[in-house]
Amino acid sequence: MKAKEEKLRQDASECPRETVILARNLDLVFQTADGPVQALKDVSLDIARGDFVSFIGPSGCGKTTFLRVIAGLEEPTGGEITVNDLTPDEARRLRAYGYVFQAAGLYPWRTIAGNVKLPLEIIGFTRAEQDERVKKVLELVDLSGFERKFPWQLSGGMQQRASIARALAFDADILLMDEPFGALDEIVRDHLNEQLLKLWERTGKTICFVTHSIPEAVYLSTRIVVMSPRPGRIHEVIESPLPRERPLEIRDTPEFLEVAHQVREGLKAGHGYDE
Amino acid sequence: MTNDAGLLKGRIMPVLTVVAAILALWYAAAAWMNAPWTLAQAERAGKTLTLSEIVKDTMRQSRPRLPAPHQIAAEIWKTTVQKKITSKRSLIFHGWITLQATLAGFALGAAAGIVMAILITYSRTMELGLMPWAIISQTIPIVALAPMIIVVLATLGVEGRLVPKAIISAYLCYFPVLVGMVKGLRSPHREQLDLMKTYNASGIQTFFKLRLPASVPYLFTSLKIGIAAALVGAIVGELPTGAVRGLGARILIGDQFGQPIQIWAALSAAAILAGALIAIVGLLQRLTLKRMGMAQ
Repeated sequence: MKAKEEKLRQDASECPRETVILARNLDLVFQTADGPVQALKDVSLDIARGDFVSFIGPSGCGKTTFLRVIAGLEEPTGGEITVNDLTPDEARRLRAYGYVFQAAGLYPWRTIAGNVKLPLEIIGFTRAEQDERVKKVLELVDLSGFERKFPWQLSGGMQQRASIARALAFDADILLMDEPFGALDEIVRDHLNEQLLKLWERTGKTICFVTHSIPEAVYLSTRIVVMSPRPGRIHEVIESPLPRERPLEIRDTPEFLEVAHQVREGLKAGHGYDE
Repeated sequence: MTNDAGLLKGRIMPVLTVVAAILALWYAAAAWMNAPWTLAQAERAGKTLTLSEIVKDTMRQSRPRLPAPHQIAAEIWKTTVQKKITSKRSLIFHGWITLQATLAGFALGAAAGIVMAILITYSRTMELGLMPWAIISQTIPIVALAPMIIVVLATLGVEGRLVPKAIISAYLCYFPVLVGMVKGLRSPHREQLDLMKTYNASGIQTFFKLRLPASVPYLFTSLKIGIAAALVGAIVGELPTGAVRGLGARILIGDQFGQPIQIWAALSAAAILAGALIAIVGLLQRLTLKRMGMAQ
């Protein structure tokens, strides 16, 4: 452990583009009643600190599975993966990441502040620090004043913001997001995308973001990983030429449309054979 | 807010209609079932009665086949308000005896149900080992089991009626609590459990912060069924065993001495008690869920 941390620090000082998540030839086969299903095949990817990486592809392409492997919630059947130079399970035990699920998944019996406090209670922060952190992250997601409300009193978009605040409340520097805005309407989604970008800029976190919306992926990401199904694999990794500063209007620029076109072509080529 | 009077009317009118229909049916049935005795008496006395005389008489027999509602109401009034509660003829006295056993049995049964549910939720072995027996336990008729429980406990030197009655009561009441609680403890879905895993939460933390609060609505629903079952258990515990105190004993003695009005009064008292107990649990449910923010 000590040696690993030492090495991590050295890497950080020597190289500014430090790799946070490193996957090599990952395979994952689920054993189901209908026989084995290859969810991931030969997936290799490096994610650097501070990257915003989107995973896009049709259902069954393994994008969520890959995110769950990074989180240590799924065990790969082959290949190698490290998170902060540790195995995903070790990283999970050190609370290296915050995970945002598709459904906000707030506990209905806890207030908004109570929900954000949940990880802090489990990790064992003092009362005073819990309150301070809750205040800070609720400000960050623009939910100050809603501390004492219960989840059902909030709109879907606000609930999802609260669940992002919950993932930000402790000091994980990786944020794993599994289609967090998938169930929201487009107007709310635009707004949340904009806020998420600001949040990313302010916190400097590494974000892995699963989506099936092309505009969302292009708008948010520094890198877009196009995946294809059966077996789930990486078809193409597109580096975005867009600047880090991104007003919503950037979506009407030729550069943006060019990247979106590239992603669409990639998706088409990736699973054109079975439709 | 809609018109309050309208809302009240909308809720109360259906209930009153049903009550009126039941009462009308009851009176008709009482006249029908008690008429043969009236006619036999008249024949013996050599009198002929008009229809209104017959109907009037069926409503005031001292040992009717089916007592009329007002006779039962009068008997309840006589044995509650007009009797000292320490009297052996007071329904409140007997109701209190039964209530004690019911509450003791309910506490015991609910606790047993919750503990077994936790064991079953956390251990596959317990689930396989415990669940079949729990189900079998409910297929044995309680009337067959009750005398044996009383005899066995007496042999073991347990004095008095309260303990065996409470155990019979608990025997009926633990099962719905067990089933409801297993369902409640298993109600968190995969994402909620995964979330706890991403925090590296311990099993105890997952239990107290997720499974237990998630199970509360299920718990209260099964507690409502459980408390009614506990009351049935307490009464059954009094029935076949020659008890002299409690609502069950009142029913038994009324039967032995041919006092149908007394039987029906005791039955009605049991029904009122059951209704009150369920209402209290319902109130606790509403207050608790409101406090937890789960009642909208």
